[in-house]
Amino acid sequence: MAETGDAAAFARIALPHLDAAYNLARWLVRDPTLAEDVVQDAMLRGLTYVRSFRGENPRAWLLQIVRTTAYTRLADRRGAAEVPLDPEPAAEIADTADDPEAALWQRQRHATLEQALAALPAELREIVVLRELEDMSYRDIARITGVPIGTVMSRLWRARRALRLPAEETAG
Amino acid sequence: MTDPEHTRLRLLVQADHDGELGVAEAAELAAHLQTCPDCRAVRQELAELSASLRTEVPHYTAPAALRAALEAQAAPAKIVQFRPRPWRAIGLAAAGAMALAASVVLWLPPGTQFADEAVASHIRALQPGHLTDVISTDQHTVKPWFDGRIDYAPPVRDFAAAGFPLVGGRLDYLAGRPVAALVYRRDKHVIDLYVRPDSGTSAPAARTVNGYNVVAWAGGGMRFQAVSDLEPAQLEQFATLWREPPP
Repeated sequence: MAETGDAAAFARIALPHLDAAYNLARWLVRDPTLAEDVVQDAMLRGLTYVRSFRGENPRAWLLQIVRTTAYTRLADRRGAAEVPLDPEPAAEIADTADDPEAALWQRQRHATLEQALAALPAELREIVVLRELEDMSYRDIARITGVPIGTVMSRLWRARRALRLPAEETAG
Repeated sequence: MTDPEHTRLRLLVQADHDGELGVAEAAELAAHLQTCPDCRAVRQELAELSASLRTEVPHYTAPAALRAALEAQAAPAKIVQFRPRPWRAIGLAAAGAMALAASVVLWLPPGTQFADEAVASHIRALQPGHLTDVISTDQHTVKPWFDGRIDYAPPVRDFAAAGFPLVGGRLDYLAGRPVAALVYRRDKHVIDLYVRPDSGTSAPAARTVNGYNVVAWAGGGMRFQAVSDLEPAQLEQFATLWREPPP
């Protein structure tokens, strides 16, 4: 098990990125109390890995742990129905890729951009949060989410199409 | 718009928007944008969407309690000094005294740091919705709840008859480790009892941290810390009940 010194070392690594960690957790689980639990759990997990941390990109390192923790907690809660996982991940978005009317419907179902983002499938939502709110690079996002950079780019594109107010695009 | 070339170009527009484009691709895209109003419109849309996302969508910040807990963890030896801060006004003359105080901190008994963490955890638990993970006045419900959640079996007792009813249990993290917290009530006061394995034996010792009272003792393979705003005498009575349970 980790020592108290590890706990302090880990806390010093994590502190500058605590808001980013909480923001990601909050957007992933969509519940303030659960998000706080997730970050606490992630801190515990991070402790176990802190000795193998080599110092490069602490932010991506921490967010990767937070993300894993968040999905674990959501999976634990599956069936509790309080915070349902997305019932059909990505399916409703994928089909709108080249269907402007569907994209229009997708966006207009939600009164605000915030609600539209919250309603995105988690695999798209997390990429928007990391890119737009946390200003992470494709490479870091790929590392955090565990998918190739090409997948990050295509998911980001799909997510943005789903979020954007339909304007042009009909002419293609 | 459905052809692969167009899709590729859209992703180039996006990568450009995200500052991710290499020099060669940037040149290719610049040439393409000259002749493609569609792609120019996409670029404009991306800019507008990003601006909206950054202004209309909340960027949540960590709750103060979470930050405080992590800060305490980052500098466990220093938190003892976070009490009233009269030092600021005293000036340079006090510098020597502060150095002395800092060295005293290093000599504090090992339980002190845990007391600080226990108090921070107790305060965090008093936030709405955080007090208990399992709500039950039945020790036979609370005890099994910890199975599988932590790697030891904390003793669970109810002292309702003596005026300290058990109201539930909770999993907390102290020094980054999961620790069983038993929640009791005394009139309107909440008592958190943190229980973790410890091979030592020690009589109850009381201290005050940030206005909260902490009574700690060890025995029977466990270390106990009771934290509450209850007055020390009552908290010690609670400790005595634990150490010498009524029949």
